[in-house]
Amino acid sequence: MAYDKFTKITSPAVPLPIENVDTDQIIPARFLKAIERKGFGDNLFRDWRYEKDGSPKSDFPLNNNIYSGKILVAGKNFGSGSSREHAAWAIYDYGFRVVVSSFFADIFKGNALNNGLLPVVVTPEFLQKIFTTIEKDVNTTFEVDLEKQIFTISATNDTIDFEINSYKKHCLQNGLDDIDYLVDMKEEIAAFEKDN
Amino acid sequence: MTVKTLFDKIWDAHVVKKVEGGPNVLYIDRHLIHEVTSPVAFLGLKNRGLKVLRPEKTTATPDHNVPTINQHLSVKDELSRHQLEMLKTNCTENGIVHHDLGTEGHGVVHIIGPEMGLTQPGMTIVCGDSHTSTHGAFGAIAFGIGTSEVEMVFASQCIMQPKPKKMKITVNGTLAKGVTAKDIALYIISKISTSGGTGHFIEYTGSAITGLSMEGRMTLCNLSIECGARGGMIAPDEITFEYVKGREFAPKGADWDKAVAKWKELKTDDDAVFDTELIYDAADIEPMITFGTNPGMGIGISKNIPTTEGMEGSDKSSFEKSLQYMGFGAGDKIEGKPVDYVFLGSCTNGRIEDFREFTEFVKGKKKAPNITAWLVPGSKQVENQIRAEGLISILEDAGFQLRQPGCSACLAMNDDKIPAGKYSVSTSNRNFEGRQGPGARTLLASPITAAAAAISGVISDPRK
Repeated sequence: MAYDKFTKITSPAVPLPIENVDTDQIIPARFLKAIERKGFGDNLFRDWRYEKDGSPKSDFPLNNNIYSGKILVAGKNFGSGSSREHAAWAIYDYGFRVVVSSFFADIFKGNALNNGLLPVVVTPEFLQKIFTTIEKDVNTTFEVDLEKQIFTISATNDTIDFEINSYKKHCLQNGLDDIDYLVDMKEEIAAFEKDN
Repeated sequence: MTVKTLFDKIWDAHVVKKVEGGPNVLYIDRHLIHEVTSPVAFLGLKNRGLKVLRPEKTTATPDHNVPTINQHLSVKDELSRHQLEMLKTNCTENGIVHHDLGTEGHGVVHIIGPEMGLTQPGMTIVCGDSHTSTHGAFGAIAFGIGTSEVEMVFASQCIMQPKPKKMKITVNGTLAKGVTAKDIALYIISKISTSGGTGHFIEYTGSAITGLSMEGRMTLCNLSIECGARGGMIAPDEITFEYVKGREFAPKGADWDKAVAKWKELKTDDDAVFDTELIYDAADIEPMITFGTNPGMGIGISKNIPTTEGMEGSDKSSFEKSLQYMGFGAGDKIEGKPVDYVFLGSCTNGRIEDFREFTEFVKGKKKAPNITAWLVPGSKQVENQIRAEGLISILEDAGFQLRQPGCSACLAMNDDKIPAGKYSVSTSNRNFEGRQGPGARTLLASPITAAAAAISGVISDPRK
């Protein structure tokens, strides 16, 4: 799918210090009935964000207007459970471009990368440091430099390197997706089929 | 010759290309699709002016959204109906076989694949559903994918995947009475947590595993994703071949003999190395039940809910948040806790053997009056077999009714929603907050333990 090219982002972050955030929480199943990819951000974290009557829950970080920015910082094992890509779509559609955690579930990580949403893995200690920094100053900014693969806490200049394979990095930087790549491989795939 | 694991053998044989500094381009033998994760992929394909490259390798059925009563009527929910219609239209336009609601081939996608013999040893199988790991029971590499990847398979019959690490889980010994494949899985997940398998593909071995029926193996492999693994697999053996033989899409005649000879090669070489190895003893496993809001929060049914002793920071707060949602106290005994609903079904436990076990337990007994029970066969074939084997009359005598096939209350996309605050003993795969309906409280267990709850009206040890 088409998404914005990713280079460098400097932004405050929204903290979600909860572990094992599964994709059913990110986007509940009853919102998966759409046949187009749009509007999922409205229902991001639906049941954590809204009361039954549709009024916002004031203690949920996304409803607390002191928090803002394009970076979501979450507890370990983010995105576990269902393979629904709608989870990545919802986070992107809401306006996030980066999710930081100490651990991501595999399928979510792949889905995020396929949609221009960068998962940044940091150590548990560094994650704690980010949460503490936001707690001290909600407007503090963080820098995500994809080219250098460095995440920086601007206020303290603490940095950490993050991993991404060079192919996916190239895709994100150029807004490319795997389908173009695979369609271009048509002949190699046909040859593989013939040999097997 | 290099030594290889079962996983290596199948994976390596399907690599079309290794992208430098990136993933492998992996060829897919079988693609299963359903109504929820395919429409955006079909739309993407259309927008690129492409058609499905190998429609004969894709099979479709609607399952997530479908009602489980009155399937002959038009689906009431407009959005669901629209999604079902889209699947049908997309399949027609692209020449894909579609097993529609009400037809003999209809059912939960992970139940019909094996039933039809579409699932075979040595294959790569994907579906836009994390429980695709089910098919690993046949000695296949099977895993769930996202919608972008569904579009990749449509466009090229390939996906791009980094090769996962390998994990071996051995379970030795004999399972005690009342202990099933579901309990093995919940036991393992309770030991290694919902992230213990992340980045890995599991091979299950050991006498407790090879002693399982194909249905049991499918239940175990199905739940591999719940410990975070991409998938789980079991080397094919006579039990596998016996199950596949004669099914609609299984090889026939001389092709069958050739296939079996090839499938017999599908096992891990003696000296092959795994990244992680775990060993468990079947004798340590009792009927399991979950008490929290992820599948790793499980205990033996005779045990108490853990206390927060030794926990700190976000571990402790996440645990407390979970118990608060469930309305349980740390240290509480799980036996005797109230139950309102019992759900038998899903791609985890919606096969004929699950219905046999449930029926055997409730035979000659009566459903507790406080329990609402939803018995949902995994497929039309399972439903037919429940009737043909006479299970239906035993179930009805005990006060149960059978519904029609679908994913149903496993994820509550249709009308089968557990009301807020109510307790559900469920044979499905996820006890996440709101999974079975907003505010619903889910306790995962085997069909036998679910049957015990349905009869006694509270959480009960089925061995008593």
